[in-house]
Amino acid sequence: MILLQAMLQPWHWAIGGFLIGLTVPLLLLLGNKPFGISSSLRHICAACFPADISFFKYDWKAQKWNLFFAGGILIGAFIAAHWTQGNGEMEIAAATKERLQNYQIHNYQGLLPQELFNWNNLFTLKGLIFFVVGGFLVGFGTRYAGGCTSGHSIMGLSNLQWPSLVATICFMVGGFISANVILPWVFSILN
Amino acid sequence: MKNIKYLLVGIYFGIVLVKSQVISWFRIQEMFQLTSFHMYGVIGTAVITGMISVQLIRRFGIKTFAGEPISIAPKQFDKGQIFGGIIFGLGWAITGACPGPLFAQIGSGFTVVVITLLSAIAGTWVYGLLEKKLPH
Repeated sequence: MILLQAMLQPWHWAIGGFLIGLTVPLLLLLGNKPFGISSSLRHICAACFPADISFFKYDWKAQKWNLFFAGGILIGAFIAAHWTQGNGEMEIAAATKERLQNYQIHNYQGLLPQELFNWNNLFTLKGLIFFVVGGFLVGFGTRYAGGCTSGHSIMGLSNLQWPSLVATICFMVGGFISANVILPWVFSILN
Repeated sequence: MKNIKYLLVGIYFGIVLVKSQVISWFRIQEMFQLTSFHMYGVIGTAVITGMISVQLIRRFGIKTFAGEPISIAPKQFDKGQIFGGIIFGLGWAITGACPGPLFAQIGSGFTVVVITLLSAIAGTWVYGLLEKKLPH
């Protein structure tokens, strides 16, 4: 009973990290598949809009497992959010909370701030930046880098691949610049 | 259907992503503002777990459940890991998501992230269009 209650709470980083890491051997043992998710975006392009671009001319059907994996993530997140989520506030580090208040973000009820991630923002400058520009950078950048946090930072580093270490360091550099230089500037324009 | 098992692994992974809060925009801001250890702990533990697993698979020549040998393709270095890596990092802090968490954010009820996902697909497509012109 106590265990079940603990399962329903947010998990400690060590448990989360361990269970994420286990995905690597699980996919290898199930079918010699390398853990990675950003490729699914390439397969979607290849399946839906190949447009005679050589980068999208390959047998994406042979990689269909990756689309099933991505679809599963969506279902799993639905299950976790609808049947295991408490409705308490997120605990956020004091210094970050202070900055978020300057950003005019005051709702800490969900995993993402409601003030940003809702449909009313779709045709606003907020929506353009946080959905359209942000998403574009994620899709373009991960494909250019040949992988994302899962493919490079977890799978690549697990396999001791130095190009993945380079990629991971660059992910972090981009993130630091974005969170500490670009976002404060963006919010100063928005508010 | 041989792909159903990957759907199940995806469901497992999606639950873990939500419960460990790595799909949270708030946790990503903390990570890049260096105000919480949470994300570093998650990613670090995941890498160590993956690393030990891969080394064990290698050392003992473990095969897949179907009895096939396991081989992992090495990653080739090119400048894309630097330029693309930084570009992705910029987007990571804005959206609070890498590609896996994009799917999980949608599933967990933030349906507007569908737009972010469509834009990420568009970004992937534009990369494909420009691939040969970009420095690698």
